[in-house]
Amino acid sequence: MDIDTKIQIQNLNVFAKDQQILKNINISIPKNKITVILGPSGCGKTTLLKCMNRLTDLYPELKVTGNIFINNQDILQAGEDINNLRQKMGLLSQRPYPLPMNIYNNIAYGLKLTGIHKRRELNRKVVSYLQLAALWDEVKGRLREPASRLSIGQQQRLCLARGLAVNPEIILADEPTSALDPISSKSIEEQFIKLKQDYSIVLVTHIIRQARRIADHVIFMYLGEVIEEGPVSEIFDHPKMEKTKQYMSGAFN
Amino acid sequence: MLVSLLLVAALPFLLFTGLYLKSFLLIHDYHLSDLLFSKEWKPASGKFGFYPFIIGSIWVTLLAMVISAPICMLTAIYVTQYTKKTMLRILHPAIDILAGIPSVVYGLWGILVIVPFISKYLGPLFGVKTMGYSILAAALVLSIMIIPFILNIIIEIFKSIPIELKEASLSLGATQWETIKHVLFKKALPGIIAAHGFGLARAFGETMAVMMVVGNVVKLPHGVFDPGYTLPALIANNYGEMMSIPRYDAALMFAALILLVVSFFFNLIMHFFIARYNKY
Amino acid sequence: MKKAGKTEEKIFKVLMIVSTYFIFAVLALIIYSIFEKGIRAMSWEMITQPPSGGYYYGKGGGILNAILGSLTLAIGSTVLAFLLGLPVALFINVFLIRWKKLVSFIRFLLDLIWGIPSIVYGAFGFTVMVFLGIQTSLLAGIITVTLFILPIMIRSMDEILRTVPIGLMEASYSLGSNKSETAFRIFTRQTVSGIVTALLLSFGRAIGDAASVLFTAGYTDNLPNSLMEPVATLPLSIFFQLSSPVPAVQDRAYASALVLTLIILVVSIFSRGVGRRYHKTKINF
Repeated sequence: MDIDTKIQIQNLNVFAKDQQILKNINISIPKNKITVILGPSGCGKTTLLKCMNRLTDLYPELKVTGNIFINNQDILQAGEDINNLRQKMGLLSQRPYPLPMNIYNNIAYGLKLTGIHKRRELNRKVVSYLQLAALWDEVKGRLREPASRLSIGQQQRLCLARGLAVNPEIILADEPTSALDPISSKSIEEQFIKLKQDYSIVLVTHIIRQARRIADHVIFMYLGEVIEEGPVSEIFDHPKMEKTKQYMSGAFN
Repeated sequence: MLVSLLLVAALPFLLFTGLYLKSFLLIHDYHLSDLLFSKEWKPASGKFGFYPFIIGSIWVTLLAMVISAPICMLTAIYVTQYTKKTMLRILHPAIDILAGIPSVVYGLWGILVIVPFISKYLGPLFGVKTMGYSILAAALVLSIMIIPFILNIIIEIFKSIPIELKEASLSLGATQWETIKHVLFKKALPGIIAAHGFGLARAFGETMAVMMVVGNVVKLPHGVFDPGYTLPALIANNYGEMMSIPRYDAALMFAALILLVVSFFFNLIMHFFIARYNKY
Repeated sequence: MKKAGKTEEKIFKVLMIVSTYFIFAVLALIIYSIFEKGIRAMSWEMITQPPSGGYYYGKGGGILNAILGSLTLAIGSTVLAFLLGLPVALFINVFLIRWKKLVSFIRFLLDLIWGIPSIVYGAFGFTVMVFLGIQTSLLAGIITVTLFILPIMIRSMDEILRTVPIGLMEASYSLGSNKSETAFRIFTRQTVSGIVTALLLSFGRAIGDAASVLFTAGYTDNLPNSLMEPVATLPLSIFFQLSSPVPAVQDRAYASALVLTLIILVVSIFSRGVGRRYHKTKINF
């Protein structure tokens, strides 16, 4: 595995009953970059993302074959370790799903899972992760309020802070701005650009402009297959495949 | 259409007013606290103390809840979180049938199975001599009767929790058990409480099955092996002679009024409970 | 901590499996005891003859009075509840659809009525009968049971009707039909299977309940022949005859329990076959 590669996916196939959702995926996700998985809805982007931290386990109808290496360890072969491995990857979903707890405990929950139990350390870390997600100023007086009282945009940033709190190396984001207003979306995008120094980010989206704004590396998918993969400039300015060209010109929308 | 609707909407008020007017004689002549807290039940000499029946009802109901609550919780978590969908497909008809079995049939089953089981095995095991007709027998039969009712609601609640919430917790490194314990359970808690509240209201009003196995002895129970008497059983057992003793009919209607008020009260609270949580 | 969690999970998982299978086991046990006693007591005479020497004494005869009585009572009240309930369910879903607050208040009220114990209906029914000077009779039984199953009937039909998309209604408007026509034609056709489920559910409740008919329908050895006469029912046939010291009479109780349980089983299987489930409490997160 290349030193700059964070995730290496080989021969990944996903089947659901009689239908193949992902077909022979071979890609590598670079370290400390924003990798955007781009494609029309229903092309298997989200499934690919869920394979990376094996949330596919939750859907018994899915059958997954192939290899996904993260730090040279095959995620798909990991047995009991999967809970620890998942901590290496923070997840941000399409809509924010705050845990049914107060704001403070939404962050502390993950911290406790990493083995931090001292009150003082918890307090310190909760504050610092809320700051990292640019939420601290808005919530500092109301940490004991239920997280559900925050606005959608704030909730999404809370989910980001929650994911960062378990000290991941990778952030997996599944259209994280699709439920947000333009201002909150912008704030999330800005966070990502800042965070890529320390994290490898995988972002699923169908918004071409968003990909162009923040991507370093682009993977274009269509109907369960990877059509083209490469640096953002290449994919956008000199796409090799006809399908990619069509999509970039908006032919699918 | 409007007429039908008004008829239905007026029903609870009609019931309440009717029963209130009928029991007015009793409420007018006695202090409410005397009726509710006096232990003496001698209709022939004009003594109407409902305390033994109220206590009997509370014992039977609470004991039934204590038995059925953990069974419902554990089963609901098992079939929604740990098993394949097939299990739920098998369990649903079973729940339907349990819910459909009539009260008297449960009572008959109680007499055939539960009562002998208590007098022959459970009683001697605890060193108690009992006929089997007891608070415990009634609670056991009742707990089985309310299981389908409560379980159905709890299963629905767990099914309605978005899978993304589970994903969020798992992706933070929680195990499935930690996710269930700290996230899913917490999310479902208001619904679980409401389910048990509805179940409790139902159990409190259950008549025939309880009446057939509870023993029907007017006395304050000292233990679960003692026989007891419940409010619904009081009404059902004495309807025949209630016209022969003055104020007796008023007393039975007062018992019905208590049942009505308790049922309204619990259902009302639980509805607001759910409504409040649906907002988030 | 992870290790402790594992053990805890294992313990709970065992408990979960135990309680799930406990439910199946109890159901099997109930069915077994009812069938075991019932089949032994069952005979051709049992289901084709009324009791010949009074229901509380032996002297041969069967439970035909209770079987026919129960069917008459349950069918009568299900039909009556349907006739009263369908307009209400339609009214809520067609005419009141825009007044969301009012509709949810009506639903709330119906759920509240649903929760009232059947003995309260029985007691109330009896009070009204005394007031009007009516004796226990099939008619009084039917009216009481109708009131008792009405909320079940309305809410389960309502639950089906509310799933019918509004778009369908608007499409029908634009074709020029008036509101009532829309209501009765399209909605009803769309939801026949759901309505059958509601009927079966209500019928099951009507035939199984004893507390509401105890004071109102009475009991008799005769076959049902008039709306003004008392009528025998299966639940009460179990209840009364079980307490008899005569084994032959007790057998009638067991046979009644078997017949009643079979009816309930058939109803459950049918309603599961035809339609969707009705959930009393919807909780949205």
